[in-house]
Amino acid sequence: MRAAVLALLLLLALAPGALAAEPKASFNDVEDEVMCDTCNVPLNIADSDRAEQERQIIRRLIAQGLTKDQIKDRLKAQYGPGILATPQDSGFSLAVWWVPVAVVVALLALIAALLPRWRRRDPPDGGDDGARGPARELTASETRRLEQDLARYDV
Amino acid sequence: MSLLVYGVVARRDDTSLDSAVKKGQLPAAPGSGVALPTLDGSSRQSLAALRGKVVVLNFWASWCPPCEDEAPVLERVQRKLESSGGTVLGVTYKDDAASSRDFMRKHKLSYPSLRDDRLDLAPKYGTTKLPETFVLDKRGRVVAMSRGEVSQDFLTRAIDRAQSS
Repeated sequence: MRAAVLALLLLLALAPGALAAEPKASFNDVEDEVMCDTCNVPLNIADSDRAEQERQIIRRLIAQGLTKDQIKDRLKAQYGPGILATPQDSGFSLAVWWVPVAVVVALLALIAALLPRWRRRDPPDGGDDGARGPARELTASETRRLEQDLARYDV
Repeated sequence: MSLLVYGVVARRDDTSLDSAVKKGQLPAAPGSGVALPTLDGSSRQSLAALRGKVVVLNFWASWCPPCEDEAPVLERVQRKLESSGGTVLGVTYKDDAASSRDFMRKHKLSYPSLRDDRLDLAPKYGTTKLPETFVLDKRGRVVAMSRGEVSQDFLTRAIDRAQSS
C-alpha cells in the first residue's frame, strides 16, 4: 500500500514535466541552418511571406519538444533536401565537399613535385651577395679599374 | 569554373512549355502521371485521372498574396465548370498543409487541392513563382497558361477554347 502511494506521488511529480514538452532546440540555432526555399537564401536573412511561414513551422516544432536534428529531418522529409542550408552528402551537392579537398590535394602534389627541382637548381652566377659560386680571378682590366676606383675614393 | 557554369545553366527557368503553348501546339500536360497527396493526406490524385474533363490547374500557396486575390475568381470558375464536368485543381507549392487548409476554409474554396511539397509537379511546368495557372482540355493538352495572377477574362476565353478543342 505504502509503495503504491509512493509510486503515485512520484508519478504525479513527474506528470507535469512529461506532459509539457520542454524546448530542446533554440530558434536561432535552427534558423541559420535552414533555407528560405522560395528565396534561395538562408532563413535567418530572408524576408518574405514564405520565410515567415517557415519560421512559424520551426517555432511550432520547437514547441513540440523536437531537437534541432529532428526539426531538420522533419523539414527535409516534408520539403526535400533543398530546405537545408548545409550541403547534402549525396548527388551534385557532394561537390561542395570534394572540390576544396581535391584542390588542396592537387596543390600539395604540385608543391611536392616542384620543390626538389627548385632546391636542385644552381644559383645564378655572381649572386647578389657574392657568397655563392666559386670565386674567380679578376682580369687585368678589372684589376686596373678596381685600383682606379680605390684611388679615387682614397681608401 | 565549370561548376559555376553548370550552376547557372541548371537554375535557368524552363520556357519550353511557354513557347509551345504560345505557338498553339497544344502540348501534352507535363507530369500527368504524377500522383500527389490531397491536402488532408487521405488519398492521392493525378492529372491523368481527370482525363476527359477540362481542368484549370492552379499552383498556389497560402503565403502568396496574389493567390488570395485570385481565389474568388477561381471559385467562381469552379462553380461554372462543375456543371459541365470540368474542375479547378489547386496544387500547393512549398506550403504548410495546415496553412493551406486554413486558406481553403477562409476563402470557401470548394475545388480540390493537392500538395506538391517536394516539387514533383511544379518544375515540370516551369513554375518557380506564384501563382500560375494552366488550362487543360479534355485530352489533357495545355491550351493556355498564365504566369502571375489570373483574371476572369483570361479564364473565360481559355476554358471556351479548351471545351471546343
